Amino acid sequence: MMSFLSYLKDGISLGSIYAIIALGYTMVYGIAKMLNFAHGDVIMVGAFIILSSITKAGLSPALAILAGVVLCTLMGITIEAVAYRPLRKAASPLAVLITAIGVSYLLQNLALLIFGADAKSFVTVIDVPALVLFDGKMTIKGITIITIIACIVIMSVLTWFVKNTKPGRAMQAVAADKDAAQLMGVNVNATISLTFAIGSGLAAIAGLLLCSAYPSLTPYTGSMPGIKAFVAAVFGGIGSIPGAMVGGILLGVIEIFGRAYISSQIADAICFAVLIIVLLVKPTGLFGKNIQEKV
Amino acid sequence: MAMLEVKNLAIQFGGLRAVDNFHISIEKGQLYGLIGPNGAGKTTVFNLLTGVYKPNEGVIKLDGVDITGKNTIEINKAGIARTFQNIRLFKGLSVLDNVKVGLHNQNSYDTFTGIFRLPRYFKVEKAMNERAMEILKVFDLDKEADLLAGNLPYGKQRKLEIARALATDPKLLLLDEPAAGMNPNETQELMDTIRFVRDHFDMTILLIEHDMRLVGGICEELTVLNFGQVLIQGETSTVLNDPAVITAYLGE
Amino acid sequence: MKMNKTTKNNMITYLMVIAAYVIVQTMSSTGHLSRLLSGLLVPICVYTIAAVSLNLVVGFSGELSLGHAGFMCVGAYASSIFSNIASDMPSVPRFIIAVLIGAAVAAIFGVIIGIPVLRLRGDYLAIVTLAFGEIIKNIINILYVGVDSEGLHVATSSQNFHVAADGKEILKGALGISGTATLYKDLRDYFFLIGVILVLVTLFIVQNLVNSRTGRAIMSTRDNRIAAESVGINVMKYKMIAFVISAALAGVAGVLYAHNMSMLKVSTFDYNMSILVLVYVVLGGIGSLRGSIIATVILYALPELLRGFATYRMLIYAIVLIVMMLFNWAPAARDWRSRMMEKFFGKKNEKEAA
Repeated sequence: MMSFLSYLKDGISLGSIYAIIALGYTMVYGIAKMLNFAHGDVIMVGAFIILSSITKAGLSPALAILAGVVLCTLMGITIEAVAYRPLRKAASPLAVLITAIGVSYLLQNLALLIFGADAKSFVTVIDVPALVLFDGKMTIKGITIITIIACIVIMSVLTWFVKNTKPGRAMQAVAADKDAAQLMGVNVNATISLTFAIGSGLAAIAGLLLCSAYPSLTPYTGSMPGIKAFVAAVFGGIGSIPGAMVGGILLGVIEIFGRAYISSQIADAICFAVLIIVLLVKPTGLFGKNIQEKV
Repeated sequence: MAMLEVKNLAIQFGGLRAVDNFHISIEKGQLYGLIGPNGAGKTTVFNLLTGVYKPNEGVIKLDGVDITGKNTIEINKAGIARTFQNIRLFKGLSVLDNVKVGLHNQNSYDTFTGIFRLPRYFKVEKAMNERAMEILKVFDLDKEADLLAGNLPYGKQRKLEIARALATDPKLLLLDEPAAGMNPNETQELMDTIRFVRDHFDMTILLIEHDMRLVGGICEELTVLNFGQVLIQGETSTVLNDPAVITAYLGE
Repeated sequence: MKMNKTTKNNMITYLMVIAAYVIVQTMSSTGHLSRLLSGLLVPICVYTIAAVSLNLVVGFSGELSLGHAGFMCVGAYASSIFSNIASDMPSVPRFIIAVLIGAAVAAIFGVIIGIPVLRLRGDYLAIVTLAFGEIIKNIINILYVGVDSEGLHVATSSQNFHVAADGKEILKGALGISGTATLYKDLRDYFFLIGVILVLVTLFIVQNLVNSRTGRAIMSTRDNRIAAESVGINVMKYKMIAFVISAALAGVAGVLYAHNMSMLKVSTFDYNMSILVLVYVVLGGIGSLRGSIIATVILYALPELLRGFATYRMLIYAIVLIVMMLFNWAPAARDWRSRMMEKFFGKKNEKEAA
């Protein structure tokens, strides 16, 4: 029983990280209608920026986090403007997808040249005491608590932002119909830029939380969690903010249980099997809307 | 017996009855027009006839055969071909190949024969090329046969869509706004082509159109659709002079 | 006439491959080929087959598959297991059967994966093919296969894996399969020739397929799914044909790879391998088979030959990939290009269908 609870706790902790990454995915996919393959790598870049700001530049953790978020935000805006925007109206939908793969490769290999291939151990940025429960039978690490709180806060703020602010409503309009939004005076380019900015800023935070929980950082650190977070976003229903959160946590729990009760070697396969089953049974995910091509 | 016989056709999207109690009867060889204001449900009727949507109610009979509820592919094989309001060509294929895709179910050999170039491949390909060129000639597109379809000028793209539809050897041809985006000269030329297709291929044609000159010029009978329902049906001149039609188009 | 033009085009591609083979063989027999370069020849054939077959799906069927390495993996393992079981058979028929088995098993996986995957579109299809590639890798990673006098043994963990002393352990989980290449010692010198023949066979199949009734149907589903259905084309059927043939040929690439290696490890066939093959396809030109071949040869050989370049290889690939996509597909770049064409050639660039 205790081990079950402990696995559940680990699952929710991992799932919260997936959820934060998935929020970035789901916003970009919902609004720009593109699968940003490089999203996972922005996480890695964010983690490297935070790590180097502390170890090389000697910044305080708070300033380092700020630097990570700001630089990732700028990077997200730049990537969108340079690599994705020119292809938004391309004849083939594959064009922007392949370009995104190119961007993902670019980030990984830049990081490889700058930081090298060997794993860097991540420093302790967030220092919160652990919570001891059931007379010491279970400890919840400080970072786990922070991760779960961060996830809930971010989701609530984003939901509020999209529903109640002008830029948020512009996002909804662009998500529903780019051309119509343009005609109604919404600045589509600025709205999509803002979406990438938010998604990439969140990616920096996700990088911090991911590397705090699993403190080993390589240029490939972001890639697999990135893909899994996309699975989570699809699971929850792509474009849906609460969906990303629920999907992320469910996927984290499934992965940890799969590791514990089935086999640690095929845990990834289990995650991907979830994706395939969801797409076949309910392609719109748990909270998604149905869209049909017009003839 | 009518070529197309539709009775009591209806479809609902959510709570909205997009088409309700639609009925039509088109004789073989007729040039028939379906008109009505924007949003009246004309294209929805085409999508119902071609199996893109499944009707909630009603019966569709083509040449006496019930085709209600069949899918697009089966309906094309049964003998209905169409064009689209927003042109849908195979832009990456040559003009000739666009028509040859239309001939896909007429002249057939299997994948193995194609890969290993068995004698049947050469025989059927030759027949396909000849037939496709014949059809292209009708539309004066034979000189552009090797061009990519996407590189054709707009008017010729519309014609190629009709050519491709005809290649499937249909009994009934549905044209969705064939004159959209054409200038008066091109429209005039198109009218001649449509008449020629009817006579040359012995075709039954149902067309949706906004251009009243085209409708008045070539359609023998009309159905006017308004708010998803048949407003009036009959001979072209009678229908076009009906006060109810004028009101529907111009408002109160 | 059109017919002659495509035939001529196909012939040029075959001749190009044959000419490359003759030149390399001449250099090799006159001692002008370095050890390093001769070591690259078979892998180049492997990746050429992979790129040409992936182009069938990406270029002609218009779907982005990110699981190509998965099919190569399946072909590699199925054929290696066969070669190890049938090690008593003479090597030439054994290799031919191994190729057929690799292709057949990969094709079966193509069907199993294609049925769910091809119901999806665009981004979802891409991510699910990626997912299947990873699942295949994960499963083979825990698979143990051996043979002894009692027959075939298959297990999913080393604890459950027991092969009698008279038999041999073929596939040992993450350790993979070793020694397949030594079973083909007598064919060692002919592997490049075999590779080139397999490249030609692949080209023959894909080129002829594309220029046939089936190929036209496949391309029609790429260009406009709804229009294809309206003229009676069964979209799923033709997407499936392209996907399965592509998978089978990827399987063949895997067979060649596995039989050229002394060690076969599943970790080779990861997501990065799929992406590498995709890079070859994109840089050679989506839908251009000859381009795929040229891009593969150049991009595979270059970094191995230029040592200093190797460090920056992937970075340069990434940049070139992005720039190529922008240049070839961005509407603004296309307009600019056609304006330039008009300026320099004085008339509109009317591209003829190849």
